[in-house]
Amino acid sequence: MRSALQRVGLTALVLVVLYALWEGFKWFGEASAFRLGTFEVNDRTLPHVHDIIGQLFEPSRRNGPLLIEVLWDATLFTAKEAAVGFLMGAVFGFAIGVVLAHSRLLQRGFMPYIVASQTVPILAIAPMVVIWLGGRGLPDWFSVAVIAAYLTFFPVTINTLRGLHAVDRRALDLMRSYAGGAWPILWKLRVPASMPYLFSALKVSATASVVGAIIGELPASIQSGLGGAILNFNQYYATSPASLWATNLIAALLGIAFFLAVVGAEKLVVRRAPENVA
Amino acid sequence: MSEEHAVVSLRNVDKQFGEGGVVALDSIDLEVEPRDFVSLIGPSGCGKSTLLRIVGDLIQPTSGEVVVNGKPARQARLDHDYGIVFQDAVLYDWRTVGRNIELPLEMLGWDRKRRQERMREMVELVELSGFERNHPWQLSGGMQQRVSIARALSFSPPLLLMDEPFGALDEMTRERLNDELLRIWAGTGSTIVFVTHSIAEAVFLSTRVVVMSPRPGRIQGIVDVDLPQPRTQATREQTRYAELIREVRRLLRLGGGLDVEDEGVEEQLIVAEERL
Repeated sequence: MRSALQRVGLTALVLVVLYALWEGFKWFGEASAFRLGTFEVNDRTLPHVHDIIGQLFEPSRRNGPLLIEVLWDATLFTAKEAAVGFLMGAVFGFAIGVVLAHSRLLQRGFMPYIVASQTVPILAIAPMVVIWLGGRGLPDWFSVAVIAAYLTFFPVTINTLRGLHAVDRRALDLMRSYAGGAWPILWKLRVPASMPYLFSALKVSATASVVGAIIGELPASIQSGLGGAILNFNQYYATSPASLWATNLIAALLGIAFFLAVVGAEKLVVRRAPENVA
Repeated sequence: MSEEHAVVSLRNVDKQFGEGGVVALDSIDLEVEPRDFVSLIGPSGCGKSTLLRIVGDLIQPTSGEVVVNGKPARQARLDHDYGIVFQDAVLYDWRTVGRNIELPLEMLGWDRKRRQERMREMVELVELSGFERNHPWQLSGGMQQRVSIARALSFSPPLLLMDEPFGALDEMTRERLNDELLRIWAGTGSTIVFVTHSIAEAVFLSTRVVVMSPRPGRIQGIVDVDLPQPRTQATREQTRYAELIREVRRLLRLGGGLDVEDEGVEEQLIVAEERL
């Protein structure tokens, strides 16, 4: 109970410090006419925090719904893409990790391409995915989910591989002493032992899947998600900078929500000594 | 299987790690009879742990014959003829104490009800009732090792292999677990092969002590421990106990094993072989 209170207090403290840093920098920049190249601190480049939050409760357009209502719908839409992409990527990444862990030959053969797949910019892949899958009658949001999966699977594969190999030699001997074959060794020993590794990867992937979904919406020309909202408010930045900042804030909150969901799942799944928690 | 044959029978067993590598074991002959409590003692690098692993078919001898429970070591392993206890408890962190003990029973395909019944018996046997739902890290080192013994005995194997099971524990815990192990051994009627560094422990526990010498690992001599059963605190006071300890020490010195101290050599060799 006490630690929960402490945590809430700490979070509040961090938020206050961040707020003070933001506003302090803004005040200093404006007072001293601070310039960094062409960057100048003013209400357009760096709106007040209260303006950004206040913008959420302004109408998004004349006589339209509040910005926060628009963004709420966009967030749900993007969350669906990201969640489906995250699940596909996690399952796919885990499956590849398991297959590669069992064959050094496959690992040597395929690893370079798996690594290469991640060096190609997502912006170059996304339009192709949209065209391929869109042509097969799949909804556009599903193409975006596939793009999110593309960003998700890689850390999962790498950490699954590491986790499956990070098994104590005597724990393996123990399974062999029970005449355990590859299958029971995999499911009763290697997979449970790899869970902390898997969850470190899922934490990275959870936020990456949100980024992937937002970026994927751009070439897919999807208007109903956060990506569409960002693109839209980007065009009106000169007149209403706080709208874009507010959208970014919401996008960040979605990423944090995904991260926390994984942390919560980890608490339920991974049972081990407190000092071993990754 | 009948009770007549030896539980472990080693003939001319050699072990060399890699081509032209270190000879860990050199023509080992050993018979372990049913209900024997045999200790393997020797300095680090004498191959005693290697020998135990060969009996368990966890590593292969370079040559020689290994018969366990009347069949080749591999078949004995596949038939679940032995349970093994390591120096560390090697419990699965993600399983509760109870489910750790049930692990070998799961591997044998026992149903849940039967597993849990047996698990409760085992928990009682090692005096850990009430800890079934705890996780291993919530237990002390001595308690963890008791879980590991319960796990090894859960499927009533005729043979129990123990690789320095109490080596990492403090002296008091160690003595208590020694007493407990003897009680379990008397109660279950299993045969035990026990690797240890401690002369006193070997003499106190065993019916026979096999003294090994290092590089290459050979059997220097076998001491029949004719101390009366059951062994108690009073056993440690007997003059015969002291004599037997002197005899084991004499054999160790003869083999050049008392002044040699190279911790971890054997461990490195096993690791090195697995890389090959």
